[in-house]
Amino acid sequence: MSAPEPLSVTHLTVAYGERPAVWDVTWSAPPGLTAIVGPNGAGKSTLLKATLGLVPALSGTVRFFGRPLEEVRDRVGYLPQRASVDWDFPASALDVVCMARYPRMRWWGPVPRRHREAAREALVQVGMADFADRQIGKLSGGQQQRVFLARALAQDADLVLMDEPFAAVDAATEAAIVTVLRNLAARGRHVVAVHHDLGTVPEYFSHVLLLNARVFAAGPVKDVFTPENIGATYGARLALLEEARVGASAAGGG
Amino acid sequence: MGGFLSYNTLVVLAGCTLLGLAAGTVGTFALLRGRALVADAVGHAALPGVAIAALIVATLGADPRALPPLLAGAAIAGLLGVLAVQGLTRTRRIREDAAIAIVLSSFYAAGVALLSWLQSLPGAAQAGLSKFILGQAAAMRAEDATLAAGVALACLALVLGAFQRLRAVAFDADFARMQGLRTDRTDLLLLGLIVLVCVSGLQAVGLILVVALLVLPAATARLLTHRLPRMLGLAAATGAVAGGAGAWLSATRPELPTGAAVVLVAALFLVAALLAAPGRGLIAQGVSTLRRRLNTETEHFLRAAWEAQEAAGAGPGTAGDRWAPIAAVAAARGWSRWKVRRLALWLSLRGLVARAEGHVHLTPRGAAAARRAVRAHRAVEHHLLAAGAADIGSADRLADLVEHGLPPEMAARLLPEPSTLPASPHALGRQP
Repeated sequence: MSAPEPLSVTHLTVAYGERPAVWDVTWSAPPGLTAIVGPNGAGKSTLLKATLGLVPALSGTVRFFGRPLEEVRDRVGYLPQRASVDWDFPASALDVVCMARYPRMRWWGPVPRRHREAAREALVQVGMADFADRQIGKLSGGQQQRVFLARALAQDADLVLMDEPFAAVDAATEAAIVTVLRNLAARGRHVVAVHHDLGTVPEYFSHVLLLNARVFAAGPVKDVFTPENIGATYGARLALLEEARVGASAAGGG
Repeated sequence: MGGFLSYNTLVVLAGCTLLGLAAGTVGTFALLRGRALVADAVGHAALPGVAIAALIVATLGADPRALPPLLAGAAIAGLLGVLAVQGLTRTRRIREDAAIAIVLSSFYAAGVALLSWLQSLPGAAQAGLSKFILGQAAAMRAEDATLAAGVALACLALVLGAFQRLRAVAFDADFARMQGLRTDRTDLLLLGLIVLVCVSGLQAVGLILVVALLVLPAATARLLTHRLPRMLGLAAATGAVAGGAGAWLSATRPELPTGAAVVLVAALFLVAALLAAPGRGLIAQGVSTLRRRLNTETEHFLRAAWEAQEAAGAGPGTAGDRWAPIAAVAAARGWSRWKVRRLALWLSLRGLVARAEGHVHLTPRGAAAARRAVRAHRAVEHHLLAAGAADIGSADRLADLVEHGLPPEMAARLLPEPSTLPASPHALGRQP
């Protein structure tokens, strides 16, 4: 494929205070669905935020579709961690999803009808159409996560960066997110997701980046998502039980 | 102030009302963006600016009572105060709350020192300056009130215009920044609005209390609604009423500083909302907690009465038609005599049981409710036992905790056969 990669990172280093969180990462996300996997504190979220300019990078360059973010912002979407906002905020689910359309609106005045319709459509895709006018604080955790997913969809981006989309969600939400991921892939869109459940990586994603501050392995799931690579990434931190699960799913699902 | 309906008083009243209106709307976003303390810093930091402006005006020989230079000085000093807070925070050695406390007190101390020094100087440079600390609307002239009103209207227009952007930044600034929205400009706009409201409120409310006019109406409105447009409207209305009423109180009783009167009225609204707000208010929450507890105890009572009949040999499925001793209910639940009698009285008032000679008899309605409670309890018990999540003793106690709020579809899943009433997995009677 001659088209530039959706996301490519060269020599990216990010540090909080003295401690480097992302160390000299050179990696590019191929088209399709890609998972970023690694132990807690491995800098997975930090890597995503650094590519979006939300945390300052010490060094390195980031390219989306071969261009700096500034030039292709409308092609990049973002699903932050659910816990990153105050859900007691006075807004309805539809209000939140409409925020995805703000860059396409003038800075003053109400949300134009076609953007509200796009937001409603995104809520339909995640199965939340009936909750459009519900106050976000009165939604369950999984429903809140789906509202965030709808907001990312309403951005109508070619690449969506997702930070722990499956964290602490119910089965219905997990199924809804998987459906959305597959639809995105089928429409030629790309997803890079920080993922915490090793067992479902082969089922949900085609490519994987194993990260623990630096890159341990990257490539197609069936090639690099091996117990040896995972063990190296997690060091001694991978519990025996988890290792057995990964081994089983890699053997069965690869 | 004899004729309190004079032209001047009317203008002052209108000015304070508009000021409250603007403070309510700006305060809504200040509160949601977590800028309430910054507003406090702006107010306090304004004092040295007022003093220095008065000194300069006096040195130049102009009218020291002219308001615009004093307010300009206040605005500049307020902004410097905010910049100082940001600078201190950026060193990463002092956290923001501490930085605000430091700037607020240092600037205020500088202002107090400057004022004392000004008072020791010959001439009238200090005339009326201490009014800025606590506010004295009665001292306002019509043109001062017009200025405050104009600033307030401008704030109102800007907030309504930039509503979407302000909301986006207040809810999720990172997401807005990622989209390429200039969140720094939106934050700057909000900061500018806060400074404008603080400065235009200096003369009426005073610099110490002007923060209250930003925070109290917004917090009151937040208690009353979950919708941002409605919250804006309620905050504006609360602020306007507090501003107008406070100014009027202070105009009729000159010994009462306007700032104190305005803030007390606003605080009254907040307390009323805190107590009586539907849904979020303390009274509504207390009532709903009480009702939940009463419903739980009702179900426990009915189930105990049902099971007492089963234990007396009524057999599962046919119980509900005999007299059960109240003492047996009390023993099964571990309730005091007083409590069990109180509940029996309550249930008889609701028509769920009939009472006679220390016994209760379930009415048809009571029997149906009791059967439902028994079913729910045993369904949860059997489920917990089948899942291996508990032994027989703890399944009973765990079921007591979760059975009450059980939605019908979940109860149906736990107990697929609606006509049967399973036997209790444990012996009935006194609890261990």
